Amino acid sequence: MPRLSADRQHSVRFELNGREVEAQAEPRMLLSDFLRHVLAMTGTHVGCEHGVCGACTVEIDGMAARACLTLAVQVEGARVRTVEALAPGPGRLSILQEAFRRHHGLQCGFCTPGILMSLDIFLRAHPAPSEIDIREYLSGHLCRCTGYAPIVAAALDAAEKLREADIIG
Amino acid sequence: MKPARFDYIRAETLAEAHAALAAHGGEARVLAGGQTLLPMLSMRLARPGVLVDIMRLHEIARYGIERDVIRVGAGVRQAQLQKMFELDKVQPLLAKALPWVGHAQTRARGTVCGSIAHADPSAELPLVLVALGGEVELSSARHRRKVAGEEFFTGPLSTARADDELVEAVTFPSRRPGYGYAFREFARRHGDFAIVACAAVARTDGARLAIGGVGDRPVAREFAQADRTSLTEALDAFSWELDARDDAHASAAYRRALVRQIGHAVIMEAEQCRV
Repeated sequence: MPRLSADRQHSVRFELNGREVEAQAEPRMLLSDFLRHVLAMTGTHVGCEHGVCGACTVEIDGMAARACLTLAVQVEGARVRTVEALAPGPGRLSILQEAFRRHHGLQCGFCTPGILMSLDIFLRAHPAPSEIDIREYLSGHLCRCTGYAPIVAAALDAAEKLREADIIG
Repeated sequence: MKPARFDYIRAETLAEAHAALAAHGGEARVLAGGQTLLPMLSMRLARPGVLVDIMRLHEIARYGIERDVIRVGAGVRQAQLQKMFELDKVQPLLAKALPWVGHAQTRARGTVCGSIAHADPSAELPLVLVALGGEVELSSARHRRKVAGEEFFTGPLSTARADDELVEAVTFPSRRPGYGYAFREFARRHGDFAIVACAAVARTDGARLAIGGVGDRPVAREFAQADRTSLTEALDAFSWELDARDDAHASAAYRRALVRQIGHAVIMEAEQCRV
């Protein structure tokens, strides 16, 4: 069985935003730091570093998860998506991101990458959520600027736009 | 907020996990979903020399109905069990309590057995295990044994598990005909640790009420079928027997008041759910 020693760097291979990547990490390195410091993917933000604030939320194997509650070595062989994967191209925003801009769903933007990732995954599985569903789901995130109301409005609007796009598409 | 150094062992079979735990014992910690272990590592409340990752073990990544129980293996994540087909019919108490375990974003990774092995006094899954009279299956290179939920929890974050043992599975009794189940908790914010959590199982001849968040572990009590006045009195007596303490979140008196109120409400609700 593989044993990775504490004071060495070990190769970790996984899929990041559709691309195979390989980089080195000590066993104790958190996925949040691995993404930001080793892979230079600084879109994922780090807030509380103990799983409370939700700023570092990413997608791991199709589910929303805290990057700070995951070790880099745990994602060996996994599929990870971060906020960098949301925009369909340079200078363009996803339907969800557009909705956040329209509804002022962010001010300082620190919590936004985590909330966007959570909602992106949630809206895929729940195309017609109620406001209560969204509020309950957002309880896994802290935002100290907006008071949440514009975030909820953006999520509801994005859900509607995604349903329309789905019908047309 | 970074963990101290540790060796990381990725066990690939149950025998390897047992061997690693036998070799490192108290110096090792089992890593499953990591949703409570990782914060403890980052805050350096835990500084194990070795982590044994058990999430690649196919043999314990399963859950299923076995005779009259639901058996949940150590690799099963909370979100997986929550999506079990007709969970609300198989065991309504699990279906009612699981949405209160952390947040969707932590249930995606956190395991059912991990929450039970961690034994937080205010956690929902240990409470459900005690309310239903479920069991914990422990295994090691030496032996295998089963421990009743009520005996497994020995104090805050303390259990009957020996250093070389793995919580291999837990079993929750399935819904029984004529029984009703209810769950409620009170927290400042959905997904926060419960100030008081209550689970009730109603039968024709009485009810069993389990309380979390008040003492140092979940506690259950049987209540004979009774009229409202005597139930109120019995709940009052029960609330004083629990070892309620003041802390930053709530006073002992407030916790006892919640036990009386929510305890009464869940017993009534479970009674109405009897089928």
